[in-house]
Amino acid sequence: MNGADTAFVLVSAFFVMLMTPGLAFFYGGMVRVKSALNMLMMSFISLAVVSVLWVLFGYSLTFGPDTGGLIGNLDHAGLSGLSPDSLTERGGIPVLAFVLFQMMFAVLAPALMSGALADRVTFGAWAVFLALWVTLVYFPVAHWVWAEGGWLRELEVIDFAGGTAVHINAGVGALAAVLVVGKRIGFTKDPMRPHNLPLVVLGAALLWFGWFGFNAGSALAADGTAATMALNTQIATGAALAGWLAYERLRHGAFTTLGAASGAIAGLVAITPAGASVNAMGALVIGVVAGLVCSWAVGLKYKLGYDDSLDVVGVHLVGGLVGTLLVGFLAVDGVGGPVQFGKQALGAFSVLAFSFAVSWLLAKLVQATIGFRADPDDETAGVDQAFHAETAYDFTAVGGSAGRDPGGPPAAPGTAPRPSRATKVDA
Amino acid sequence: MKLITAVIKPAQLDEVKEALRAFGVQGLTVTEAGGYGRQRGHTEVYRGAAYTVDLVPKKRVEVLVPDQDAGQLVDVVVEAARTGKIGDGKVWAVPVETAVRVRTGERGPDAL
Repeated sequence: MNGADTAFVLVSAFFVMLMTPGLAFFYGGMVRVKSALNMLMMSFISLAVVSVLWVLFGYSLTFGPDTGGLIGNLDHAGLSGLSPDSLTERGGIPVLAFVLFQMMFAVLAPALMSGALADRVTFGAWAVFLALWVTLVYFPVAHWVWAEGGWLRELEVIDFAGGTAVHINAGVGALAAVLVVGKRIGFTKDPMRPHNLPLVVLGAALLWFGWFGFNAGSALAADGTAATMALNTQIATGAALAGWLAYERLRHGAFTTLGAASGAIAGLVAITPAGASVNAMGALVIGVVAGLVCSWAVGLKYKLGYDDSLDVVGVHLVGGLVGTLLVGFLAVDGVGGPVQFGKQALGAFSVLAFSFAVSWLLAKLVQATIGFRADPDDETAGVDQAFHAETAYDFTAVGGSAGRDPGGPPAAPGTAPRPSRATKVDA
Repeated sequence: MKLITAVIKPAQLDEVKEALRAFGVQGLTVTEAGGYGRQRGHTEVYRGAAYTVDLVPKKRVEVLVPDQDAGQLVDVVVEAARTGKIGDGKVWAVPVETAVRVRTGERGPDAL
């Protein structure tokens, strides 16, 4: 066992865990006040559901012995057959470290879709959809791309850390779900501004940080590949942030904070499949292109009329495609070229078609059985109150001045604003 | 009695409160308000989607005063609320028929 590699992969797994709460904040700040908590919970619930499914059968279906290039078997269901002494086939690290690392990927992938469905789905139905999706879409696709015997891996499609398996997959899954669930009430009519942009930036920063674990950790070793990947992650992200801001300044007249946060995520998405196969200049190109193309692509929903609320399609699907396709040409060491590009396109569009079809069917199934869409009254009043019996902020306090001594007598007792009276509900 | 109502910039609230206190006004009521005047609103852009924000946030300050103070107090509030820039708001006064202090039942100017 290699101690350095093991330590690196374990710490990377911890980094990737932080991405899901980071995503929760990134999305949570972008929705309106009335569904801020629901947005956080839609990501957070994935940490619960997928962690359980992963040990029950997820790891085994994804990385268990291959069946026809399509899916693993159930040899490792319940993590049976894996002990603390089991090492990965390459010999470097305990299998359990790899199980943990990949678990965090499986947690993050379905959570990415939640932003598209903001404000309007019942929480229980989302949890069910998430469990079905990760089982029938994510586990197979991750097997195709990364597992020994997976057909895209055998084809030598480059997807180092999951541009295809995670981002194209979740992006198109989100599109399918949105087409089933429908638009938010008031889409394009009511103002739907982000309620807390500092929270969005905080979320983007946590994602950026965690993404070093996601990308560099995928080397599964503390080596030159990990270093290349980490460096290229930073280069592409910075370039995409700049690209997005440049597009916005020219097109809309301002450098927006939301644009900066979005550009960073677009760059991170695009470099994810590609970063270990390109040099620094290649990473720069991927970043700039991702920033420009994604900032344009987020406007498509208005032209085409689908309500992808927080632009999961525009950022993750489009960004994933940018990285997955560009690496076909930009890969170094004589790999890049028309042949590799063809493989990349085949991989990307196979996943796109499979994920769209199965995600659409699963969303329809949930819609037809337990109902996916929230009641219109609940949606209008806010899903926070409807499904969580909470509101994110207390707006009852008004008045008061800050940091100035009024010079008058101290306020009489009982004149301070009282907290609003909470009504206890005994169910 | 008169009711003086001032719709002002939120940032001027402290100035106005201070000026009223200095004048000897005992109490006031402040509410969050939104509105526009000749300046209209402004436009914000989120991922390329433009939102026209035409209700600008304001504070609405209400003070009940004896008739003889009303004229002077309007000037005091206007002075304190003024920044000289567009969107400073409006101040007006209307007659009030009656006022009662809830705790004691005092009526008219005694209730102020």
